[in-house]
Amino acid sequence: MIPASFDYHRPESLAAAVQLLGSLGEEARAVAGGHSLIPMMKLRMAVPEHLVDLRSIAELKGICIEGRAVSIGAMTTQAEVIASDALAQVCPILRETALQIADPQIRNLGTLGGNVANGDPGNDMPASMQVLDAQFEVAGPEGKRKIAARDFYEAAFFTALGEGEIMTAIHFEAPSASHGYAYEKQKRKIGDYATAAAAVILVMEGGRCSQASIGLTNLSDTPLYAQAASEALVGSSLDPAAIDAAVAAAEAIADPVTDSRGPSHFRRKLAGVMLRRAIASAQNRAA
Amino acid sequence: MNEQTPIAERAEKLQGLGCARKRVEDARFTQGKGNYVDDIKLNGMLFGDFVRSPYGHARIKGIDKEAALAVPGVLAVITAEDLIPLNLHYMPTLAGDVQAVLAHEKVLFQSQEVAFVVATDRYAAADGVELVEVDYEELPVVVDAAKAMAADAPLLREDIKDKDEGAHGPRKHHNHIFYWDAGDLEGTQRALSQAEVVAEESIAYQRVHPCPLETCGCVASMDKVNGKLTVWGTFQAPHAVRTVASLISNIPEHNIRIVSPDIGGGFGNKVGVYPGYICAIVASIVTGQPVKWIEDRIENLSSTAFARDYHMTGKIAATKEGKITGLQCHVLADHGAFDACADPTKFPAGFFHICTGSYDIPVAYVGVDGVYTNKAPGGVAYRCSFRVTEASYFIERMIDVLARKLEMDPAELRMKNFIAREQFPYTSALGWEYDSGNYHTAMAKAMETVGYQALRTEQAANREAFVRGETRSLMGIGVAFFTEIVGAGPVKNCDILGLGMFDSCEIRVHPTGSAIARLGTISQGQGHATTFAQILASEIGLPADRITVEEGDTDTAPYGLGTYGSRSTPVAGAATAMAGRKIRAKAQMIAAYLLEVHDDDLEWEVDRFQVKGNPERFKAMSEIAFAAYNQAIPGIEPGLEAVSYYDPPNMTYPFGAYICVVDVDVDTGVTDIRRFYALDDCGTRINPMVIEGQVHGGLTEALAIAMGQEIRYDEIGNVQGASLMDFFLPTAVETPTWETDHTVTPSPHHPIGAKGVGESPNVGGVPAFSNAVVDAFAHLGLTHTQMPHDHWRVWSVAQDLGLHG
Ligand SMILES: Cc1cc2nc3c(=O)[nH]c(=O)nc-3n(C[C@H](O)[C@H](O)[C@H](O)COP(=O)(O)OP(=O)(O)OC[C@H]3O[C@@H](n4cnc5c(N)ncnc54)[C@H](O)[C@@H]3O)c2cc1C
Repeated sequence: MIPASFDYHRPESLAAAVQLLGSLGEEARAVAGGHSLIPMMKLRMAVPEHLVDLRSIAELKGICIEGRAVSIGAMTTQAEVIASDALAQVCPILRETALQIADPQIRNLGTLGGNVANGDPGNDMPASMQVLDAQFEVAGPEGKRKIAARDFYEAAFFTALGEGEIMTAIHFEAPSASHGYAYEKQKRKIGDYATAAAAVILVMEGGRCSQASIGLTNLSDTPLYAQAASEALVGSSLDPAAIDAAVAAAEAIADPVTDSRGPSHFRRKLAGVMLRRAIASAQNRAA
Repeated sequence: MNEQTPIAERAEKLQGLGCARKRVEDARFTQGKGNYVDDIKLNGMLFGDFVRSPYGHARIKGIDKEAALAVPGVLAVITAEDLIPLNLHYMPTLAGDVQAVLAHEKVLFQSQEVAFVVATDRYAAADGVELVEVDYEELPVVVDAAKAMAADAPLLREDIKDKDEGAHGPRKHHNHIFYWDAGDLEGTQRALSQAEVVAEESIAYQRVHPCPLETCGCVASMDKVNGKLTVWGTFQAPHAVRTVASLISNIPEHNIRIVSPDIGGGFGNKVGVYPGYICAIVASIVTGQPVKWIEDRIENLSSTAFARDYHMTGKIAATKEGKITGLQCHVLADHGAFDACADPTKFPAGFFHICTGSYDIPVAYVGVDGVYTNKAPGGVAYRCSFRVTEASYFIERMIDVLARKLEMDPAELRMKNFIAREQFPYTSALGWEYDSGNYHTAMAKAMETVGYQALRTEQAANREAFVRGETRSLMGIGVAFFTEIVGAGPVKNCDILGLGMFDSCEIRVHPTGSAIARLGTISQGQGHATTFAQILASEIGLPADRITVEEGDTDTAPYGLGTYGSRSTPVAGAATAMAGRKIRAKAQMIAAYLLEVHDDDLEWEVDRFQVKGNPERFKAMSEIAFAAYNQAIPGIEPGLEAVSYYDPPNMTYPFGAYICVVDVDVDTGVTDIRRFYALDDCGTRINPMVIEGQVHGGLTEALAIAMGQEIRYDEIGNVQGASLMDFFLPTAVETPTWETDHTVTPSPHHPIGAKGVGESPNVGGVPAFSNAVVDAFAHLGLTHTQMPHDHWRVWSVAQDLGLHG
């Protein structure tokens, strides 16, 4: 449980960080809250020779809300996400999701950017990023670009983040004020990753679901945007048949590994249960 | 304090027996001022770290140390080859087997110690470990005890392959360790064949791990000038470690000092001797420098002593009315790669034969087969006396299984078969003499307090609502009534490696009326410094706050066998009372001299000797202490000291009634412990607050075992779940509210009537949880299901019963 030796750098600006990561090359890694990376280093599953700590870069922090446009700096901690009433006002699913991550000590250090950039299918935020159709802004040697959350995840720990790129911010349009939301997660204990979890955002108009968006956590080697399941709800009154169809569609794309949380078939069924509960709760909360 | 002070007030000031005195240990622990082994820092101290096997079973074809030795700071890489000339490549285990200190020729379990890297700091040591190259040839693996004894099962222990006779009798197979039995086989078979009703069940108690918060470790320091070896370490039995260390190293015992500093929990994990200790000692002897070895969490969970892994098959016979007529049990005990169980020598299956439990069962038989597998060695008593929680789990599940078969309420069936109060002292069919008990009263109190009948009514309504589709939750009520056997033990039948299991206390009363007591036990969180001072306060009349209790340093403490198996209060607690009584006897003679009366004219009252019929004439203990050191008293030696070595005449038998109410979400497998009531009878209660703390801790560990803990191996011998990500250590969030209660049935043979309590909640708790989960599905035909009752297993039960539509 002792990491291999590494050099530590703490640049003060984004430009300096990009420059450092570029010049140090493949053996350098950005570190944010360190609560995914450092455990991996202690197990020597990650052996970076250089750590570039992003914590002193002021421009990577903070939550900015203009109308329904929301931008969150990558280095904003999970605790800060929870603490922001303004954010909870326009997009409460992020607080609900963040409260399901680990425990308060970890959330005080763990960042939103780290949680989504990490690429671990067990991370909770990526599913909510799927339902919000968020855009990840990154800066690298070639300048800045945006990557859609729904295109970001390629496989476990493989993302669209290029070599030397730093995630700077997360942008999304908050759903309409009347939306309902829920993040339902089953875990074995505090601090555990999901056995199965489902994120749901939906909008009801005149008793019919006009918009629905469903994401799933830890049920595949990437977070899942459950498009067919979402579509199964749209236009329905959320009647049992529509919900059954959505659950079936979600179960169909869930392909969880067998692990100590249970065998794959159990976790897939649980995905359906979490989704049912998330839909019910979102429906209750929809204005 | 003078004669005007009323007796009650004087007694209260002592904070003796029965006082909810605050724990004196907590001042330092709550301020982070404890002193644990990893806090010890010595000049020039080196660090050791292990290269461990990635395989469950493999031949070692070569070890290349070169790259590791090139790491700056790495001083040595020790392998079995280096230990062979010292004859230290194997060490004796507590169970009469040997265990490889460093793997010789082959590895037998994943995580086994292969080489010990010694470096100037722990970082260099860890880097060195990465670079030791071991060439392995994989061998077929056995992780299933049932397959270990197959005719064609791979041979695991080549080192003893020609030994037909083990430490406990003949071995019937190359992976067999022992067969041990107790009871009347023929009589039991007769009872079973003639019975009106026989219930059978296979009950496995999964492999778990005590997982103390502080892992194991030590600092060994060989002083080459005076030849003295000092080892600070996480030892639950420091004197036993000293003796064993002397026997295997040939260093005379007076030149070995073992110190247990503060210990962050033991639960049985810190009873045995581990390769890390031996390697640190050898490294210190070789280098002449102190050497520290501290395990990390994964090492602790994957290589140091596990618990349970008992595969039990039972038959219980009864009349149609529910009177039990016989009990039979066979156990397949998975001991891992080496037999390193920590049991008294004569009991390779510990006290498993307490498995007739709290019931008057006329005839019984138990047989235990111990086998080797490619898993870590151990088999310790994890917060229980030796194999007692296995026994309790077995009988308490069997009773429920029988109750289902008889269609009888499980509480009623227990009531019908309890040993009656007048039967004590009671000799069980398997040979134990139960000292005292009052089971019916305890059970009745428990049932009344929880409103047992009302709970059953509510459960019936819940089941109807479930059928109507109004709820997806099922209610379960678990009842468990346990009898423990603790306080090992009488030297006539209890020893470890030949060391009798007595314990000891030495008291020195200081001239100004304060005292120090030293014991052969060692607290790992039990609060000995608090409670033993209370025992003594009541015995010698000095306030508990003026009595220091010290344990754990073999240079100063009297010889004792340490703390595990709830033995401290029954054995060392008794020694404390007896030593206190010696002090009092001498004090009486001194008081008689000072008061110029005959000894017999004095009586003891709280904190003083007073003249019978004339209580104004008295000498308080503090005055007597001063006189003991300052007056020349004819015929009496100066000083006021005593030592007592206590060999208990019998074990003690704490008992209790536990009731658990659980709500099971059939769709997710999530269980919600709605209520847990624990009535404990541990005899005389020394400190109710400490007892409550012990019960809370024990119940939380029982919850952990029943609901989540498991050290599993995959079929190729990879250990699963050896980190706290997977291994269930409940936090406050997962822990329900515990309701505690008690009755008091003193032990007739213990000087103060105390029985020990630290482990009862684990022994009684695990079956209570399990019975509750099974009970939730009992109306659908479920009689048993495998622990731990984690989400997927509970969900699978619901799935198999067709509850998911
Ligand atoms: C006991 C425990 C329990 C946990 N439970 C949960 C849980 O239930 N749910 C959950 O979602 N998470 C959980 N976590 C993980 C935690 O939320 C982490 O904080 C989070 O996954 C990573 O965020 P971080 O800021 O700590 O990133 P780090 O650990 O510093 O980095 C993680 C990875 O992301 C990269 N990275 C970080 N920031 C950036 C950036 N701005 N640009 C580019 N790359 C970047 C790093 O290079 C690294 O590869 C748990 C962690 C622990 C220790």
